[in-house]
Amino acid sequence: MTLKTIYEKQPEVFKFSDKNLKIAEDILKKYPQDRKKSAVMPLLYLAQKQNENWIPLSAMKYIAKYLSIPYIKVYEVATFYSMYNLSPVGKYLVQVCTTSPCLIRGADKLLKVCKEKISTNEKELSENKKCSWMEVECLGACVNAPMIQVNEDYYEDLDEKNTREIIESLLKDKPLKPGSYRGRKNTSPENIQNFNGKINYDQNRR
Amino acid sequence: MIKTEDKIFKNLYNQYGWDIESSLKREDWKDTKVIISKGREWIINEVKKSELRGRGGAGFPTGLKWSFAPKEVGSRPHYLVINADESEPGTCKDRDILRFEPQKLIEGCLISGYAVNAHVCYIYIRGEYFNEGKRLQEAINQAYEKKFLGKNAYGTGWDFDIYIHYGAGAYICGEETALLESLEGNKGQPRLKPPFPALVGLYGCPTIVNNVETIAVIPTLLRRGSKWFSSLGKPKNTGTKIFCISGNVNSPCNVEEEMGIPLKDLIEKYAGGVIGGWDNLQAVIPGGSSMPLLPKKICDTITMDFDSLTKVKSGLGTAGIVVINKDQDIIKCMARIAKFYKHESCGQCTPCREGSGWMWRILERTARGDSTFSDIDLLSDVTKQIEGHTICAFGEGSAWPVQGLLRHFRKEIEKRCSGTPIVKKKRNVPYLIDQHLLEKDNA
Amino acid sequence: MPKIIINEKEIEFEKGMTVLQACELANVEIPRFCYHEKLSIAGNCRMCLVEMEKSPKPIASCAMPAEEGMKIKTNTEFVEKARKGVMEFLLANHPLDCPVCDQGGECDLQDQSLYYGVDKSRFLENKRFVKEKYMGPLIKTQMTRCIHCTRCVRFATEVAGVPELGAVGRGEDMEITTYLEKSMESELSANVIDLCPVGALTSKPYAFEARPWELKKTESIDVMDSVGSNIRVDTYGWEVKRILPRVNNEINEEWISDKTRYACDGLLKQRLDTPYIKKDGKLIKCSWEEAIGKICEKINSTDPNKLGAHVGDMVGLENIFAFKKLLSKIKCNSFDFREKNFYINSSDKINYLFNSSIKGIEDSDLILLVGCNPRHEATMVNARIRKTFSKKKTPIFSVGEPGDLTYEYQVVGKSTQDLKDIIDGKNHFKKQFLSSKKPIVIIGESALEMKSGQFIFEEIKEFLLKNNFINKNWNALNILIQNASTVGCLDLKFFNSNNIYESTFFDKIENNKFEIIYLLGSDNLEIKKKDEFIIYQGSHGDRGAEIADIILPSPAYTEQNSLFINLEGRVQECRKASYPPGKSMEDWKIFNLIYKSLKNEKLFYKHEDLKNSAMKEIINFSQIDSLPKKIIKDNKKINSNFDDETIIIKEIDYYFSNAVARSSKTMSDCRKIKLNLPKEGTNN
Ligand SMILES: Cc1cc2nc3c(=O)[nH]c(=O)nc-3n(C[C@H](O)[C@H](O)[C@H](O)COP(=O)(O)O)c2cc1C
Ligand code: SF4
Ligand code: FES
Repeated sequence: MTLKTIYEKQPEVFKFSDKNLKIAEDILKKYPQDRKKSAVMPLLYLAQKQNENWIPLSAMKYIAKYLSIPYIKVYEVATFYSMYNLSPVGKYLVQVCTTSPCLIRGADKLLKVCKEKISTNEKELSENKKCSWMEVECLGACVNAPMIQVNEDYYEDLDEKNTREIIESLLKDKPLKPGSYRGRKNTSPENIQNFNGKINYDQNRR
Repeated sequence: MIKTEDKIFKNLYNQYGWDIESSLKREDWKDTKVIISKGREWIINEVKKSELRGRGGAGFPTGLKWSFAPKEVGSRPHYLVINADESEPGTCKDRDILRFEPQKLIEGCLISGYAVNAHVCYIYIRGEYFNEGKRLQEAINQAYEKKFLGKNAYGTGWDFDIYIHYGAGAYICGEETALLESLEGNKGQPRLKPPFPALVGLYGCPTIVNNVETIAVIPTLLRRGSKWFSSLGKPKNTGTKIFCISGNVNSPCNVEEEMGIPLKDLIEKYAGGVIGGWDNLQAVIPGGSSMPLLPKKICDTITMDFDSLTKVKSGLGTAGIVVINKDQDIIKCMARIAKFYKHESCGQCTPCREGSGWMWRILERTARGDSTFSDIDLLSDVTKQIEGHTICAFGEGSAWPVQGLLRHFRKEIEKRCSGTPIVKKKRNVPYLIDQHLLEKDNA
Repeated sequence: MPKIIINEKEIEFEKGMTVLQACELANVEIPRFCYHEKLSIAGNCRMCLVEMEKSPKPIASCAMPAEEGMKIKTNTEFVEKARKGVMEFLLANHPLDCPVCDQGGECDLQDQSLYYGVDKSRFLENKRFVKEKYMGPLIKTQMTRCIHCTRCVRFATEVAGVPELGAVGRGEDMEITTYLEKSMESELSANVIDLCPVGALTSKPYAFEARPWELKKTESIDVMDSVGSNIRVDTYGWEVKRILPRVNNEINEEWISDKTRYACDGLLKQRLDTPYIKKDGKLIKCSWEEAIGKICEKINSTDPNKLGAHVGDMVGLENIFAFKKLLSKIKCNSFDFREKNFYINSSDKINYLFNSSIKGIEDSDLILLVGCNPRHEATMVNARIRKTFSKKKTPIFSVGEPGDLTYEYQVVGKSTQDLKDIIDGKNHFKKQFLSSKKPIVIIGESALEMKSGQFIFEEIKEFLLKNNFINKNWNALNILIQNASTVGCLDLKFFNSNNIYESTFFDKIENNKFEIIYLLGSDNLEIKKKDEFIIYQGSHGDRGAEIADIILPSPAYTEQNSLFINLEGRVQECRKASYPPGKSMEDWKIFNLIYKSLKNEKLFYKHEDLKNSAMKEIINFSQIDSLPKKIIKDNKKINSNFDDETIIIKEIDYYFSNAVARSSKTMSDCRKIKLNLPKEGTNN
């Protein structure tokens, strides 16, 4: 993993909103009282969510103070895990899984669409600033390959055509529904209705 | 082939609804109190007798692991930690349990927690499974509402709480000690063992770490008895298992089947066969990307259980089956897996940090046809220099797939080894002047 | 004792040892990079792999606890192969730029690769390039050379107590950095240079100065504070090129403070290399004869009662002794060594020592600081307190507020009244104190300097005596002396009356009662000069020389042999590593010259004689390098006046605390950075 680049235009201050402060307090309750440090990951998420999906340095400082741990420990955590964005991403962050199971089912075609529709380079904003894309490692939906994750949602069983549709919908800020795009029920086997004489699932999407 | 009534995960595809009411109809939470009233000894013994082996990859006997936890709670509390970090390429079974059979997991947590003396359980879910985590939280809330969790859970007299903790995109956090580090708010870097987590785990307390599937089968196992469980599969490889069949098959899917089912059956009967027919099969990764791939010849007959696969120098791992047909460039495929390991190495110990990137670079070169014959031995040496020399099993996980490739597809590699040696090529870097010295800023 | 078999040899080991330590007992050397005795175990370099019976994989010996009956082999082909493999990985991305690397000649990687390296690199790819990091004026980085052993990170977090270093990112792109690349805010920061097994962290001031094999190495001790850290002075010709720590587990373990290490460039600057004499308000060079002549003339024509003398902070025992002898010969009876008037009860040696000993801190179960800031006044003592804190969670309390000390402590009082309340039992803290078995009280000079200085000391001592915390086995009474020469001066009674507290020296200085003031290396004494004739004898053109009428150049601490007694009362030898510049002359020889010119007689003939006579005066002396004999006199309680005052801990200008440091460019850089730092603690 290449070292994350820190965005050059950093906001000066960061503070949790009142609502998030409440959430932070609830998060702390999950861990033993003298182990507040455990909350650093959920709090980074919270900061990321509050700050348009990326974490400024001031937020790391803020969290370090909040948990009374050294800054460097928060910084280490934020750079270690790949899901913390340290520079701005689009409102819709398209993550394309390109690990082998997806690759052999045509993930490269999805990449092509992203390059075409969003931006030629990874981690760059689209022209209308709505989208950015990046390659990621296995997202744990291999039997639904190839697939992409948009923010929190999985779009599965894709091909070039429906990927294009999905991305267009994102660019228009009217995202299509997540789930399987071959109309199958989750991870069930398709097209073998009479297998074992029994399986006869309704084929509605999730 | 498994009988429908022997399936543990009846709602694997969400045919019947995931909510607590639906799952109560499927006999979840039935007799939980009775089971717990039989006591720890009995539970652990049943699990031992069932010969259940961990479903997280290593296949360690679960009952045995539980018996390592101190019998009595000392000054430090015990913890149960559920490993839902599922990041092994080719694997997506835990996801289905989390979203469609959450009550099985929750009930399993209560029983296992009781068995190992834990009042608190953390479920570590990979960050990408945000929706799955949300679903699980709803299910946990439903269980709390029914008083199945919390103080005096299910009227058993045992207080039990479950919390979800999200990962944030790091495969290595699936390694149990890295997972604990991550839970403690650190970078996910595996710990040195000994001491093992069963004695010194989360926050320095005795901790049992188990995979989602392992724990989710526990309630059914105990309800129906160890005899029933061990009647499925083969000796020492008992019970059912969720197989994930992905890659070049007509109908990729997850299915629950008996341990020891022939690989060919899985592919042909459930996954609609290899794209282009069985003869178009090139290789199969049988247990998630860490397990060495198998050439077609072995795939013809191999059965899917821990011991059979170990015999052919591979492993069942997580039972994530990736089918690769002849339309694929096998070297490119493995180079991509090597890249995965390079990307996910935690960077702590030398062999893995330096070796994983090196393997990827050689494979990438080979895929391009830029390597020389000597690179084959080099690649083989590098894998051997990683294997067994690292802090955690990631080292093996990254070296084995490459060793598998070398073992079964050496010819294929040799075909690509026609490149001119790199050193002979004129390179556009000032030789003997180290590049880093050109940057003078801080000198 | 349990036994372990190493290379077929059975040996006994202590429980709790690792396999690596057991191997060391068996005289089997194990290569290592990440393992360091004084740091936590990381086990990440994998160089220390050995073979263990019944284990198919080699094991990391540094992390494996030794157990009864283990069979270890370190000399098999299996082991060698494993280590060679690791070595190849370590070298794969290492730049191999030894010819331009300052670590060359003392690089662990270089040494190990001799045994385990392959002759040719098989890593044909471009090597990883890592950007340099800024870590302040002391540490030069070349992070491409880093082998990620994380020793530096562990040191900063564990020993220095300033968790500012970290490994960010992951995998092969992991990098060591300070948070946002700022300077490390620790007085111990430069120890990471010694710890770094390769040339990733090297010394910035020493960059490209010399190769280790060109240097003459002298074992000596440090005089920047009263701790007496053990050092090695490396010289090239006249120049002191660098100062490194020497291991002494009783004192500084393996570390030294940045000041100890880096003030040495001050030894090359501002040096006095010839006598000076003031003529028409200007100091001009002169000969020794002229200078001595003028001094004798002055002494002869002045009433001895109008003669004052002062010894500075870095003067060795022999020179103090010789000075005192000269003063008594010329009937001068007004002299002192203190820079400010603080209370000391000189009637018993335990009254001015750090009686628990530095190592003894580790045995304590409660520490109470009274008006002191050990972090700045005695950095290595502070490091030991931190060690105790992090190892055993020893609770630490303070009367007065010293600021960030790199560990947690609780303020139990802010004024002398609070202290009185504790002693009188009006404060609940007394109970907690009494319930401890081995408490330590550390009283600082700041406290003793106050109006109730006497009260503070005498009452605490009485309190400790009453509760049996001062005895042969455990002595909780500790004074945190700041200067290297102080204990020596106290032993030699370098003050003018029997009771130092009644000394009129400071009155006389303040009211300009002296006609002649003779300063021996004294730069920190505040003198508002009027018509005094001031003789300054010392090594640096600093504050003392500035106001002098005559300057006599003498060697600095690295340039003459002398004894120093540290705050624990330990007598140590500071050795001559180089020679002083120009016409400088050793202090005692200068006194000889003066006396000869006055009385045509020498005071001492040989340094040896001088040393022996001086040593006879050391109170409770046991032997060189050891703690003094534990002798406790019967002490009567001295009643004293109580003043209700706030306890203010005087901030010392850490990087500028003495003449050598003030002349050092490195120290002035450090100081500048420190002054510009926002006023925040290191840990939030
Ligand atoms: C590199 C690495 C990654 C792992 N990833 C996972 C994972 O994603 N999920 C999992 O359950 N176990 C994973 N494991 C296995 C765990 O370390 C551990 O063996 C398992 O959680 C134990 O549970 P079980 O006994 O129920 O199988 C991984 C192990 C290694 C070495
Ligand atoms: S083997 Fe790799 S992942 Fe495991 S501890 Fe070492 S560097 Fe980290
Ligand atoms: S010295 Fe043992 S792993 Fe580094």
